Amino acid sequence: MNMNFKSWLVGTTMLAMTASGAFAEVVLNRGNSMDPESLDPHKTSTVNEANVIRDLFMGLTVQDAKAAVIPGAAESWTVSDDGKVYTFKLRTGATWSDGSPVTANDFVFAWQRLTDPATGAEYAYMLAPVVNAEDVTAGKKKPAELGVKAVDDMTFEVTLNAPTPYFLEMLTHQATYPVSKANIEKFGAEFSKPGNMVSNGAYTLAEFVPNDHIKLMKNPKFYDAANVKIDVVNFIPTEDKSTAMKRFEAGELDMNDDLPTEQLADLKAKFGNDLKIGPYLGTYYYIFKIPKAPWDNVKLRHAISMLIDRDYLAEKVWSNTMIPSYSFVPPGVSGYETRTTDYAEMSQIDREEAAKKVLGELGIGPDKPLKMEIHYNTSENHKNTAVAIQEQLKPFGIEISLVNTDGKTHYGLLEQHGDFDVARAGWIADYKDPANFLDLCKTGAGNNYSEYSNPEYDGLLAKAAAATDPAERMKDLSDAEAIGVARDLCVMPLLYYSYHDIVSPKVKGWEENVMDVHPTRYMSKE
Amino acid sequence: MLRYVIRRLLTAIPTLFVIVTISFFLMRVAPGGPFNQEKGLNPDIKANLERVYHLDESLLMQYLRYLWNLVRGDFGPTYTSPDFTVAERFANGLPVSIQLGGMALILALLIGGALGIIAALHQNKWEDYSVIATATAGSTIPTFVIAPLFQLFFALSLKWFPVGGWGDGALINKVGPVLTLMLPQLAIVARLMRGSMIESLHSHHIRTARALGLSDYAIIIRHALRGALLPVVSYAGPAAAALLTGSVIVETIFSIPGVGREFVFSALNRDYTMVMGTVVVIALFTISFNLIVDILYAVVDPRVRYD
Repeated sequence: MNMNFKSWLVGTTMLAMTASGAFAEVVLNRGNSMDPESLDPHKTSTVNEANVIRDLFMGLTVQDAKAAVIPGAAESWTVSDDGKVYTFKLRTGATWSDGSPVTANDFVFAWQRLTDPATGAEYAYMLAPVVNAEDVTAGKKKPAELGVKAVDDMTFEVTLNAPTPYFLEMLTHQATYPVSKANIEKFGAEFSKPGNMVSNGAYTLAEFVPNDHIKLMKNPKFYDAANVKIDVVNFIPTEDKSTAMKRFEAGELDMNDDLPTEQLADLKAKFGNDLKIGPYLGTYYYIFKIPKAPWDNVKLRHAISMLIDRDYLAEKVWSNTMIPSYSFVPPGVSGYETRTTDYAEMSQIDREEAAKKVLGELGIGPDKPLKMEIHYNTSENHKNTAVAIQEQLKPFGIEISLVNTDGKTHYGLLEQHGDFDVARAGWIADYKDPANFLDLCKTGAGNNYSEYSNPEYDGLLAKAAAATDPAERMKDLSDAEAIGVARDLCVMPLLYYSYHDIVSPKVKGWEENVMDVHPTRYMSKE
Repeated sequence: MLRYVIRRLLTAIPTLFVIVTISFFLMRVAPGGPFNQEKGLNPDIKANLERVYHLDESLLMQYLRYLWNLVRGDFGPTYTSPDFTVAERFANGLPVSIQLGGMALILALLIGGALGIIAALHQNKWEDYSVIATATAGSTIPTFVIAPLFQLFFALSLKWFPVGGWGDGALINKVGPVLTLMLPQLAIVARLMRGSMIESLHSHHIRTARALGLSDYAIIIRHALRGALLPVVSYAGPAAAALLTGSVIVETIFSIPGVGREFVFSALNRDYTMVMGTVVVIALFTISFNLIVDILYAVVDPRVRYD
């Protein structure tokens, strides 16, 4: 039995070796912390879905290895003087994986499909700047009325409601990617299955076994195929982060997009420079229910904010995988000046002194405590964060009770503007622009859970949206953050997210960037 | 006997109907819905999604629609993986779970049964004590400890097996998950077998058999074992239903694409159709295995008769 088993083991290993030797395929095994819900670009929203779809499809613009915007399916473009009409020249010779050309009609079709209510696309709002897009999604106008036009086969024209300086940046989002009209007409909803799907990116879909792997093969028809060095990419879902580390160690994974952060010290000792940790465009924050007394008192909100020792949270709770934050928009957006609360530079002791004074004025203290409930969604780290804050505020007479619910219950409560005092939330940028954050505090915005409403703030955002000069627009946005966030705490920023990946030294061409975007086409493996 | 089986199968239909009905409405009591998430959707988009999945209809209408589809064998779409239907998710995952669970169950019954018999025959001797000690350890160490230990020792240190993954069903990928699933079951089976075997060995008919001068082998295998099997059979039924429908812990730790984790994640994601699918599957397995156990009773024990 033992001998049999051993010889069988040796046999299979040799078989595997000869197989890989014969084709000499370069295979990259990428850990992806969650399986995509869908591979239909118009039905996706998450970062993990983007990781796969970015390899399969190519938008008008794409991100390079450092997440800078470069031409993709569009070779070049021109913008009208008023900044509202974009004319894209599609790349000559760029084709779908079945060899048919990618035409302007494919983009017209894809964008109408994304905004069409019948599609039920979560990220339809990615096209909100386009004329009539919001009305189409709301069912008030027909998809044909969307402000897009195929001037000819290779010229795609888009008309926007207002000059939108981040429009090209938005086009790197997978929701705006094209799908082949012929392919969807042939297969309908089944088009996203292996064997059916036709794509225009560096890879094509070979297999999708849920909870096991997604296998992509190099697309020989890709316009830049000569420079694509990885032949096969396997996206392997890694829900269990500890297992992912073991699989990395055993060589079953070449990289993973997440780490068990509680083991960070050990991992650093073991893997050293394979760990990649850096600032990411996302913010972890709490919200006060502003219309509800006493949270309508901005002084009280600031006093509580000052009492939270963010350095402790970042260091002790999150093992330095998060960065203390005093602004909503994280640093790293070029041309934008982040506006922090005025106690950002103070020491924690000074903050506590200042807060104590305010609480004294409000008649709150250890002898006359204020009760406050923190709601958070299930996660070990969310719990530890809330518990740390509970302890930090206790000596000052803020008595915190914690309410933990699962994610769906939590966001259901927030969305329906249910009853709570303080709640946890987070935001990861869809594209590199401050408005993507600041729009959350706009009156009536879907994600405005604190129900903050300030005409001055809304006015600045509206002014920014209409501005033609990018510098002026950034200034308006910055001023809005100074009022809405730094002065009024429409959200209470706690921490900036950081990306934390692990990448084998065998993998070359993996570049660190604030979007944590790493298309396989730029990588190679030794 | 045949009439009994048919009667049982017929009563399964109303049972299933009641389970489906209760689950359908209970599930909707849970707050939040499939489209609540960190990045909230704007109301128009949420309304569009709800329309696509008929969630904008009245609850009663949705229930009737679900029942009608179910009767026609249509389990519906999944909200959290629109590329697949519920049926496709099960077609993918169920064979994986059944293979792992089936292997674990068979091994646990064979090895656990043998160990239990050995222990019973050597009651209060070292063989007995070592089986009991192993069984106690096996049933007290949780799978979420055994599985990572297996990975550390056999996969990372000795490099005999992969850490995780299904590997398209290669035997080598199944060893870890099967062992982890099997150990606690093996421990329970061994203890049950030991206890009932000891009892059986002390019964009157065994004394008679001994007095008649039957061989040890005949006494143990043909007479004592039959009686001793009953508690093991009644345990194995529900255990089989549970094992064959997968384990969230083992599947997550070994990165196995089974259905065990669907049960947990579909509920957390409020993926209503997927939750209903899992309820139906588990109910079917439980009903079937209870029936199999009852039939086996009659086979094993001549005193049991169904008329």
